[in-house]
Amino acid sequence: MNRRLFLAIPFGVAAIGGVSFYAMLQGMQTGDFDPRGIPSQLIDKKLPDFTLPGFSSADVIAAKSPVVVNFFASWCVPCVEEAPMLLALKQAGVPIWGIAYKDKTPATDAFLTRQGNPYGKLARDAEGTVGIEWGITGVPETYLIDANGIVRWRFTGPLSKTAAEGLAKLARA
Amino acid sequence: MKRLLPVLVALLLHVAPAWAINDPSEALPDPAQEAKAVEIGRQLRCLVCQNESIEDSGADLAHDLRKIVRQHVAAGENEQQITAWMVARYGDFVRLRPPFDAATALLWGSPLVALLIGGAAVMALRRRDTQPPKPLSEAEQRRLTGLLEPRPDL
Repeated sequence: MNRRLFLAIPFGVAAIGGVSFYAMLQGMQTGDFDPRGIPSQLIDKKLPDFTLPGFSSADVIAAKSPVVVNFFASWCVPCVEEAPMLLALKQAGVPIWGIAYKDKTPATDAFLTRQGNPYGKLARDAEGTVGIEWGITGVPETYLIDANGIVRWRFTGPLSKTAAEGLAKLARA
Repeated sequence: MKRLLPVLVALLLHVAPAWAINDPSEALPDPAQEAKAVEIGRQLRCLVCQNESIEDSGADLAHDLRKIVRQHVAAGENEQQITAWMVARYGDFVRLRPPFDAATALLWGSPLVALLIGGAAVMALRRRDTQPPKPLSEAEQRRLTGLLEPRPDL
């Protein structure tokens, strides 16, 4: 009996490993799990202080309503993929404020003319220092700031359809 | 080729590791401060490549973070202050050497756990080995005597 139990241990370990890997792969497919993901340090905290040409953190708080803040750049290919999602959110009445990360003004403007401009306000973080204050690791990155200026939600990479739907629901709540 | 080989090996030994920070304009003018900045940067993870320090990485974000480390060093901050600044923005993940806390206790403790398991296994095996065998039963004793007796046919 004891011997059999001992023999079962490796099989048990292998089974647990297999189930975990399956769950991970499923999560990667649906976007719930990102093995390279770094949790945001801002969740449930006040948004970082910043002043940029375009708008400042004080303006976000003064909006007195939930605001979606989207970091993007004209040189960023996933941002092109994300553009229709942002336009759809704008159509749904979600206020989106854009921060152009490490981008040149004419390039940003040309990008917005080409892809459509979903942004209610546009700030320019030419040096990328404000991006680091937010702890972004790349573009696009999207945050939801509630009416009190508290960061409630973050998404890295281009918004998926499910993520955009979830965001619209959160922004209206 | 045979004569060339030692030359090639000697050349290989002289290859310095290719650090990403090969742009001298990035370095601080004070060599002591620059050395300190390098030491701090070596312990900070590049958030883009994730398995390199910001000193080794060629990523744009790593370049920006190197610049920030140097600004803080030049302002006279110490390693704790600069690391805390990075952790506040990127979390403990930015540290290549994670701190010891509840979440990392198992990670840091794993060598000790392995040692304890191995030690316990060794102890158990030794104890089993040193137990004296049971004395022979009467039947076994008889069989042994029979076996030890010289056989006339051999």
